[in-house]
Amino acid sequence: MNFKDNKAIYLQIADRIGDQILSGTLTPEGKVPSVRELAAEIEVNANTVARTYDHLQQNGVIYTKRGLGYFVSPDAEEKIVATRRDQLMQGEMDYFLGQLKAVGITPAELQGLYSDYLNK
Amino acid sequence: MFTINKLSFGYNKRHGNLFNDFSLELNAGNVYGLLGKNGAGKSTLIYLMTGLLTPQAGEVLFDGENVRKRLPKTMNDIFLVPEEFELPNLTLKKYVDINAPFYPRFSMEDMQRNLDIFEMGDDLNVKLNSLSMGQKKKVFMAFAFATNTRALIMDEPTNGLDIPSKSQFRKLVTTGMTDDKMMLISTHQVRDISDILDHVTIIDQSKVLLNTSFADVTSRLAFRPMREGDQPIFVQQSAMGSLVAVPVRDGEETKVDLEMLFNATLQNPEAINQLFTTQK
Repeated sequence: MNFKDNKAIYLQIADRIGDQILSGTLTPEGKVPSVRELAAEIEVNANTVARTYDHLQQNGVIYTKRGLGYFVSPDAEEKIVATRRDQLMQGEMDYFLGQLKAVGITPAELQGLYSDYLNK
Repeated sequence: MFTINKLSFGYNKRHGNLFNDFSLELNAGNVYGLLGKNGAGKSTLIYLMTGLLTPQAGEVLFDGENVRKRLPKTMNDIFLVPEEFELPNLTLKKYVDINAPFYPRFSMEDMQRNLDIFEMGDDLNVKLNSLSMGQKKKVFMAFAFATNTRALIMDEPTNGLDIPSKSQFRKLVTTGMTDDKMMLISTHQVRDISDILDHVTIIDQSKVLLNTSFADVTSRLAFRPMREGDQPIFVQQSAMGSLVAVPVRDGEETKVDLEMLFNATLQNPEAINQLFTTQK
């Protein structure tokens, strides 16, 4: 697995699992690989992966069944979308809007661009 | 698992001691990266930990036993992969037959899996002295991991490995690691192994400058491009502008840049020590 430089690895692994849930590779109530399986697959320390799973569990994306391992929560998809929306609004959106302002794109232009994008 | 207690050691009087009153604790369940400049004493520390050198003062305990006693119960639970080694003129099968009985938890199944990870095939009749240096290293590491000793200590394990083998080595570590084991990897090739570590131990001039978990580093130090108002502990120039190691504010969590952490620790040990010893 190739990691970006700017985000803690355990969070990047959480994003990857989030992507797999949104794309349907992992399904609600489906089993998530064990910590050791995923650690070996992506060549990352198992304690780092364990941290990812703690994080996902706290966010309600996965849950444990005693003795059986981790499973995708029934409402994982909504949880992930909500978290990503928060992240976007807090971080990248601000940067993006700053860039728009810097090059002088008006609200009307932006609205047109976004409408066109949605209709593509 | 390992308790290093007020260790003093030097090779001769003229050059003085490499270690003075050196103490360090290493626990099961962790993969440690041992970092230090050339001559900082990484290899010497490894030989002291494995009972190959005798300290002038202090001791190294493994599960409470002094490693210098070289008790069978200690020796059959520690495996050392030195940076350079010779293999005898034998077939791999003969080598395994002779050496595996010293390690009660040796697994032939694991040996075959490890050879498979390194894409070394399953020909146990291969002559060890017909192998290239890199192949010897892979065969020896396949054996080392198959002994399933609780302590596995490796000195520059990725030196001499080609590009695909470095990823295979990471696979070997992440596949072979369990909660009851401890691995220690001494290296300068931090980019090869950063992701498979959970602890970093930086030594210099007989001092432990930093010994902590990656989770702890992430929570205290951020690695990223410089921003206005930053008071960085360390600055590094790059093509993208200035990169900094800066104390974490407002909970940002960045990827640990081991190279920058190492340089920051050597350049500014007081600031690092202060940052990592404050209670959170």
